[in-house]
Amino acid sequence: MSDTDAFEPVQTARALSSAVGHSDTAVIMSETKPEWSRRNFIKGVIASGVTVSGAVYFGPALTRPNLLSAQGVERLVALNINGQTRRVDVLPGETLAMTLRYKLGLTGTKLGCDRGECGACTVIISGTTHYSCSTLTQRVRDREITTVEGLESPDGKLHPVQQAFIDELGPQCGFCTPGQVMSAVALLEANPNPTRSEARIAMSGNLCRCGAYDHYLNGVMRAAEESQNG
Amino acid sequence: MMKDMIPGFDLFQPTEIESALELLDRFGEDGWALAGGYDSLDWFKNRGKHPEAVIDLQGLTGLNGILEGPNGVEIGALTTLTEIEHNSIIRERFGLLAEAASKVASPQIRNAGTLGGNLCQDARCWYYRYGVSCYRAGGNTCYASAPDALNREHALFGVNRCVAVTPSDTAVALVTLDAEMVIRNSGGERIVNAEDFFMKPSADITRMTVLEAGDLLTAIRIPNTWAGADFYFEKVTDRNSWDFALVSVASAIKNSADQIDDARIVCGAVQCIPRRLENVEVMIRGRVRNENTAAQAGALAVQEAEPLNYNHFKIPLMENLVKRAVRG
Ligand SMILES: Cc1cc2nc3c(=O)[nH]c(=O)nc-3n(C[C@H](O)[C@H](O)[C@H](O)COP(=O)(O)OP(=O)(O)OC[C@H]3O[C@@H](n4cnc5c(N)ncnc54)[C@H](O)[C@@H]3O)c2cc1C
Ligand code: SF4
Ligand code: FES
Ligand code: FES
Repeated sequence: MSDTDAFEPVQTARALSSAVGHSDTAVIMSETKPEWSRRNFIKGVIASGVTVSGAVYFGPALTRPNLLSAQGVERLVALNINGQTRRVDVLPGETLAMTLRYKLGLTGTKLGCDRGECGACTVIISGTTHYSCSTLTQRVRDREITTVEGLESPDGKLHPVQQAFIDELGPQCGFCTPGQVMSAVALLEANPNPTRSEARIAMSGNLCRCGAYDHYLNGVMRAAEESQNG
Repeated sequence: MMKDMIPGFDLFQPTEIESALELLDRFGEDGWALAGGYDSLDWFKNRGKHPEAVIDLQGLTGLNGILEGPNGVEIGALTTLTEIEHNSIIRERFGLLAEAASKVASPQIRNAGTLGGNLCQDARCWYYRYGVSCYRAGGNTCYASAPDALNREHALFGVNRCVAVTPSDTAVALVTLDAEMVIRNSGGERIVNAEDFFMKPSADITRMTVLEAGDLLTAIRIPNTWAGADFYFEKVTDRNSWDFALVSVASAIKNSADQIDDARIVCGAVQCIPRRLENVEVMIRGRVRNENTAAQAGALAVQEAEPLNYNHFKIPLMENLVKRAVRG
């Protein structure tokens, strides 16, 4: 961004900064708001070093050109998914499951309940499991996200957990499987040699309507064993 | 799927607490503090709440982590339940809280859900969550206590129009441990005892805690008072994972030479706030810790219970849990 672009809002911000002064705050806007007072407030926030993204993009950008230019970050964010940088346009209230499935085409992550009650949408974020249906994408901009698509090696060899689930006949209908796989992978990364009861707890946030729990548990134990031997 | 898109709000991501407090002030009732999001996102998706501005607390410096000091332990409000469950200081000194945290919801929810959010979560009454205009939502009736209402999860005690129960597992442990809540707003800081933090419906039916718009819970302090005491926690649920308590019990007991010197016993999911059983604590003090004392404690605990249509089963459940907590 050029100095000229930034000039006007910075002035606005100076006028407001004593009242606002959030040089630390990122703002992600959902839509263009007409009210001047709020707009100026947000401008102030932004120009004092904040980041913004969201539906500003869809809005009449020309009515507030400085909003986008002043703050450095837009609603277009770079996500680190399966080791790749994916640039994508993300609304403030958008969940990671939505972004993955409907914007990035990563449909391996399933949506069951969309309410944190089933585990079908489980992904690994910086080493721990999370429900992507209940995670706002804008909150994981700087994290490492792994989905089921990111597990097999470049030569197409399945992850030991995926292979063990096949060998132990884990999936029945298969809808919960990607989530089950992610929970098992995160467990074995943190604890390569779990007891069966530790594995049961680690898998306890993944519902299986087909009731294949014991098969999945057998799979986790087999994957652990085979990783130890291999 | 479209119905599950969250309606628009502006997302603010401050890193300094002063900015968060100012934003909360600025937006007042239209602002919403977001921690782990496991209560918030459900409300947004169900169109139950529609804030204009969501203030993300995740990036705030100084609200995360567990510190040990001379007078006890301080836990930042944004510390996740998983961190609390595994933290060695909490496990060694206040194992009761680690145990309670480990029983919340599911591993994925504990990985993001925070202690602050768990304590501040709203009532889990299914009528209220469905979006009806009941007392708690500002209306003038309670659907859960209507003659044909399904209320097996609801309260046995302290009912005042609303019969919802406290949903938080960690709240029960923290009242037992005499914890203190550190609250900040743009005007300054105040400290509230855990026992006074939760709101009775008789005082304000629309709030679960003493927090008002503009307030942030910043930390939870646990004094040394009960460190290393004999703890007991048990939560009974329909399923082993994901479920809120039907009844839970937390206790801290100090014994000497076969006698109970001091005790705290608190039950969850039987009243709108964690129910401290002071009469039981008084009764067992100085008594021998045995089956007989335990049985009397259990009986006393449920003496004033007033069941609704479908929650009679909670009475023997609570009696037995208190009995086990006292027996140890
Ligand atoms: C399927 C499911 C099952 C669950 N089961 C259980 C269970 O068995 N036991 C249990 O105890 N809980 C359970 N919960 C709730 C869960 O523990 C959540 O972690 C908790 O509700 C909220 O924590 P959070 O950090 O995600 O909060 P958020 O959703 O971010 O916040 C919850 C509320 O608290 C407010 N808030 C959060 N932090 C602060 C703060 N620092 N200061 C002021 N206000 C704040 C928010 O504004 C919001 O109103 C369950 C939730 C789900 C979805
Ligand atoms: S129990 Fe409380 S929250 Fe539930 S319907 Fe009655 S008033 Fe509303
Ligand atoms: S879809 Fe996320 S937990 Fe069910
Ligand atoms: S295999 Fe069908 S839901 Fe688990």
